[in-house]
Amino acid sequence: MWNRTHARALFATLIAFTALGAACNKKPVPAPAPTPPPAAEPPARPTVNLQASPTFIQRGQSTTLTWSSTNATSLTLSPGIGQVAAEGTQSLSPTDATTYTITATGPGGSADASVRVSVTVPPPPAPAVHQPTLQELFDKEVKDAYFDYDKADIRSDARDALSATAQFLRSYPQMKIVVEGHCDERGSTEYNLALGDRRAAAAKQFLVSLGIPADRLETVSYGKERPFCSASTEECYQQNRRAHFVMGK
Amino acid sequence: MIIFSSSPRKSKITNGPSRASKWGPMKKNVSSIYQCLSVFICGFAFIFFSTPAAAQDWFRTGTGLGVSKARVGVADFAPKSTPAQPLAVEFADVVRNDLDFSGILDLVSKSYNPLQTPGTPAEVDFKAWSDAPASAQLLAFGAVSADANSLEISAWLNDVRNASLPPVIGKVYRGAPTDVQVRAFAHQFADEIIGKLSGGLPGIAATQIAFVSNRTGNKEIWTMDYDGENQHPLTQLHTIALTPRWSPDASRIAFTCYAQPNSGSVLTAQICIYSAASNRLISWPRFQGTNSSPAWSPDGSQLMFMSSMYGNPELFITDASGARPKRLTYSNGANTSPTFNPKTGQQVAFVSDRGGIPQLYTMNADGTSQAKVDLADKGYVIDPAWSPNGQLLAFSWRRPNGNYDLYIMEIVTHQLVELTRDAGRNERPSWAPDGRHIVFESTRTGTRQIWSMLADGTSAHQLTKQGQNESPNWSPK
Repeated sequence: MWNRTHARALFATLIAFTALGAACNKKPVPAPAPTPPPAAEPPARPTVNLQASPTFIQRGQSTTLTWSSTNATSLTLSPGIGQVAAEGTQSLSPTDATTYTITATGPGGSADASVRVSVTVPPPPAPAVHQPTLQELFDKEVKDAYFDYDKADIRSDARDALSATAQFLRSYPQMKIVVEGHCDERGSTEYNLALGDRRAAAAKQFLVSLGIPADRLETVSYGKERPFCSASTEECYQQNRRAHFVMGK
Repeated sequence: MIIFSSSPRKSKITNGPSRASKWGPMKKNVSSIYQCLSVFICGFAFIFFSTPAAAQDWFRTGTGLGVSKARVGVADFAPKSTPAQPLAVEFADVVRNDLDFSGILDLVSKSYNPLQTPGTPAEVDFKAWSDAPASAQLLAFGAVSADANSLEISAWLNDVRNASLPPVIGKVYRGAPTDVQVRAFAHQFADEIIGKLSGGLPGIAATQIAFVSNRTGNKEIWTMDYDGENQHPLTQLHTIALTPRWSPDASRIAFTCYAQPNSGSVLTAQICIYSAASNRLISWPRFQGTNSSPAWSPDGSQLMFMSSMYGNPELFITDASGARPKRLTYSNGANTSPTFNPKTGQQVAFVSDRGGIPQLYTMNADGTSQAKVDLADKGYVIDPAWSPNGQLLAFSWRRPNGNYDLYIMEIVTHQLVELTRDAGRNERPSWAPDGRHIVFESTRTGTRQIWSMLADGTSAHQLTKQGQNESPNWSPK
């Protein structure tokens, strides 16, 4: 209760101050000049007017500044624009809020006018409904087939992975794939090239047995030359003992 | 032929407590070998290698059973001009290193050298060299002259205990005044000395080693001098290059490359041939499947390699041009890493996992008489390399619970010698043409690097340091 009363009082005070401030900012209206003697008429004081439309933009949008002036011999628009004609328009895309000021100078003195353009950062675009690419579908459905140490036999978990791969390949009858055979770091370079070859061949043969035409499946052995994981642990070794599939080109 | 002697302390060797735990299964085996070696005066007696840590258990009796080695001094070479000074220093240093690593002689430590640099036989103070502490029997010395365009090195070997005898060797080398040229002449001179003192053994100081290095980002084929100097790449294929093998005349290097097969879109392992003479790849047929691990027949007319061109990885033999491939093995497993008996060309050792794990097999070069080489322990056996005299097989063996270590087996008796121990993984031995040195790869420094050593396991030298380096192959000449 106390809070509300207090806040209301504060609000009223703020309104009052704002009104007062606005009044203070207003330029005093010049007193009507006495009719000058025709012989020595002083130069007229310049006037200038500057408007922006719109005054609120999102970043990346543009606003148009329009100005007009009287009795001015020179007009300068800042920041960053410089000399301009007595009246005109200009389209601008400030990236941040900017106050533009135009200064008119003439024989009768100078005058200026300002306008502020506020810039808001647009919200991130709403996520579009994602259409998975073929590569994403491939990565989701086609999983590596893993092997035992020194072996090229298809394990039961590899059987499941290869069956899912065959299912996927049946949905894309034009797709060709490369079957890569990989090994862990143990054993010689030469032996692992042979073992990787046997693993790739075993995975290919299993896919063929599930009805995938052999001419859609190319094989390559990388032995232990392209490991997925480089630690000397059994977990890592298992990661590397695999047949890996890549979409053909 | 290498003569090694067995240790008379054999009973103590096998009782070492540290060995009993880790090397239990091997104990009886080693002991029986020693008994055999001490009972028989075999064509081969061996010495056992020891790492410093195991020095109390194992000791070396030296090469050249019952023969004391010649003691050879190498004087500083006399520079005949200012530009010759650094070249003279380098020449003598390279000769000293070559002689020291040869293992067949006793090099006088440089600090025992008398303070004289004889440039000609007339300037040698024979007594100063033959007296203690130098106590040399033979002295290598000479002079180097060089200007901006030319180099001349006069080099002698004299018997310093018989001043009246003519020089054993007197050579003049002329060429360009470059570092590379000086090193090449020094290797030639060292090989002359080694040839004289060993009764005609080929010196290896002028040989080269091909190897695989990844220091440019991809595995490429590189070569270096036998002492690790002058390392440079032969290939820039930017894929994967593996398993280099020199042809017997050292004019070509066969290796495994990744290249377009006969049909198909993806690069697969193929055999590539690099010509050292023309510095380029020679065209060679492409086959289906994975093709790797080429090995030259000793006459250079044929290549044996692993290929899965018909499905399973089997051994094939073709003409050196790649024509007329003939299948040699039929097995339910992987067959690879062939190595010919360089003496006969009729036997081949290779690796097969037809029995479950990779093991050593032998066959005739036409594929007949395939047989497993039974070793006392199970465990992986890979990387066989047949010695130049045809009597020894070096290979890498991972015994149960052990690491990969290098062994030598005498073919006829199956006697084994362990060359490395407790020093990382040691793989891929390759013999120097003198049959007395082996180059191999080791992870003992934490990264895979090329090392060389005497074939008894001593005098290990690290040859590469940059990047990872593997698959060394010693040039046959």
